[in-house]
Amino acid sequence: MFTELNSILNSTPDSFTQGEFILVSDRRSDASFLIHHFLSLYLRARCRVWFLGLVQSFNHYSAVSQRLGVSLAQAKEKGQLVFLEGLKESLSVLIPQETNTGSQAMDFLRDPAVGLKSLYEFVRSSVSSSSGRDEGADGAEEWGPPVLLVDDLSVLLSLGVSVGAVLDFSHYCRATVCSQLQGNVVMLARCDGEEEEDDEDDEGSERLLKGLTHQCSLTLHVQGLPTGYCRDIHGQVEVCWRRRQGDGQHAQKKVFQYKVHDKGASFFARGTSSAVL
Amino acid sequence: MAAPMSSAGKPSAERSPFNTTSFQKKTRSRLISIPGTRPSVQNGQLLVSTGVTSLDYLLGGGLAVGTVLLIEEDRYDSYSRMILKYFLAEGVVCRHELFVAAAHDNPDDILQELPAPILDDVAIHKPVEQPRLSCEPQDSLDAMKIAWRYQNLPKVQSALASSSRFGHYYDVSKTMEPEIRQAAKCHRFYLPEHPTQSSPTHSTMLQSYSALLKSLQEVIHREGFEVAAPMSKSRNILRIGLHSLGSVLWGDDLCCHDNPSNSHALTTFLYGLRALLRSSLSVAVVTVPSHLIQDRALMGSITRLCDNAIALESFKGSERETNPLYKDYHGLLYVRQVPHLNCLASKLPDHKDLAFKLKRKQFTIEAPCHSRGGPALFGCAQVRNTN
Repeated sequence: MFTELNSILNSTPDSFTQGEFILVSDRRSDASFLIHHFLSLYLRARCRVWFLGLVQSFNHYSAVSQRLGVSLAQAKEKGQLVFLEGLKESLSVLIPQETNTGSQAMDFLRDPAVGLKSLYEFVRSSVSSSSGRDEGADGAEEWGPPVLLVDDLSVLLSLGVSVGAVLDFSHYCRATVCSQLQGNVVMLARCDGEEEEDDEDDEGSERLLKGLTHQCSLTLHVQGLPTGYCRDIHGQVEVCWRRRQGDGQHAQKKVFQYKVHDKGASFFARGTSSAVL
Repeated sequence: MAAPMSSAGKPSAERSPFNTTSFQKKTRSRLISIPGTRPSVQNGQLLVSTGVTSLDYLLGGGLAVGTVLLIEEDRYDSYSRMILKYFLAEGVVCRHELFVAAAHDNPDDILQELPAPILDDVAIHKPVEQPRLSCEPQDSLDAMKIAWRYQNLPKVQSALASSSRFGHYYDVSKTMEPEIRQAAKCHRFYLPEHPTQSSPTHSTMLQSYSALLKSLQEVIHREGFEVAAPMSKSRNILRIGLHSLGSVLWGDDLCCHDNPSNSHALTTFLYGLRALLRSSLSVAVVTVPSHLIQDRALMGSITRLCDNAIALESFKGSERETNPLYKDYHGLLYVRQVPHLNCLASKLPDHKDLAFKLKRKQFTIEAPCHSRGGPALFGCAQVRNTN
């Protein structure tokens, strides 16, 4: 959990906005450090977290969270964290064996044209089963609202799933987790092309990004510095609040520069990096 | 997991709520000592050498076990093939196991072209069962006349000496001796030897890629490279070299059409490869003819599915060949991606414009404008490996 980012977003483990759909995106950069921030923030806030780790192994997130002060293995044991390790589950689908054990969540790899219904079913069944159990359970711990984290959505496009199916999936997740259960959803989407280019190339991820931006209530967009590569400033983050007020959209934007180091990331206003001043 | 090895000195204050202090006795770390590997100084990950020491430096000390290195081929596939051969030769010298897959050339041909290592003390492994030299009776030829007291001491463990070094140098004008090469265990996958199955396997992945993935999994499982395999056996690393994936000879039309029909075949394969690698003690180098792939976004998703990515651009036949700035070099090298596994920040190379030069005994990678005497003014560190 990055303390400077918490003050920017006005969120602490004790008080944060519920029912939010947060979109973390990047363009030719790597925004996965923000996923680690949200993971440790919500675990510290004693929420139940469902993590769809589609691109890295559990040990990677565990090692980074250890540096941020949260133990994923302990959270998993206590039942606070439900982790879908996409890589491990995918092998049984990609290399068909006679005995196919494993959850149905990664079944979309078999035929991506079908869509992400099986993945959504996995999320929905585990989220609603646990929230039903919480109410009357004796001896069960009191957890906060449910949180769903997805890392990341763009790999689904690389695996052949259509943009429409991914947008459907995010919409259904938002409806279940944010609206019904008043929880939060954080999703990471990555993009490769330049924004101004008139490209048919990256149509898929651009459309996905645009569609998700309309669905979300808070975006954090990470990209490199417009002036080029710098060793001390790793890039800039554009935070945009899209609050839906009665009188129409009210979007507030702020831009920060950041630097990622071993145990966290520091955020500062443009031009105020310690390397420059 | 990309084989994170816990370093002895890392404090873990949140280990157990019952400890009254956070003091952890410095126990012997659980580092598996496999020849030819070393832990990274940044995050304790297990690294292997690519065979090119300047490339090791660019990638943050070496190639992490459990990761993939993507090499975007140069136009005539000369230098990318060279780096693949360096990688495999390093595996032979370190006594790792090899897996070579190709659709165009027979893997045996690639293995016969491996460069010869430059080391006086690389032991020629005779195919006997025990690699350790014990106190054997010396021949009369080796009998010592002056220091005869040392006659009966065991010979210097030269085999261990060569494998304890990290990164070796090779002479590309000579090929590796057959005795050295045959001592290493090699698995081959030559696509024409695997006829297409009649049963439909997978709708997204091509049959060639499915067969390759299946063969890889079989080798990993059979030879005990899985991380979850019992620790009683001595562990080794599997080096996987996949030549020219995505080219037409693999049955893929990524390189022929603007809108390929199987645009997700290679990316699905790379996803499966990543899944296999993260759960085993292996390292992969994949070369892709990216200069034939028109779709930049597709190249972007291929790059993101691999951990390390470099691109080579050779000057042969281009107008840069006569450019005076580049007259000492054979081409440009771009570092497209460096991973940050098990940690937040990655160590990016200091310079982004790099050029390479293939000399007889060394493959050098350096920043061209910084190698001349002048720019000491800028105080830039030189990437050049001086040896």
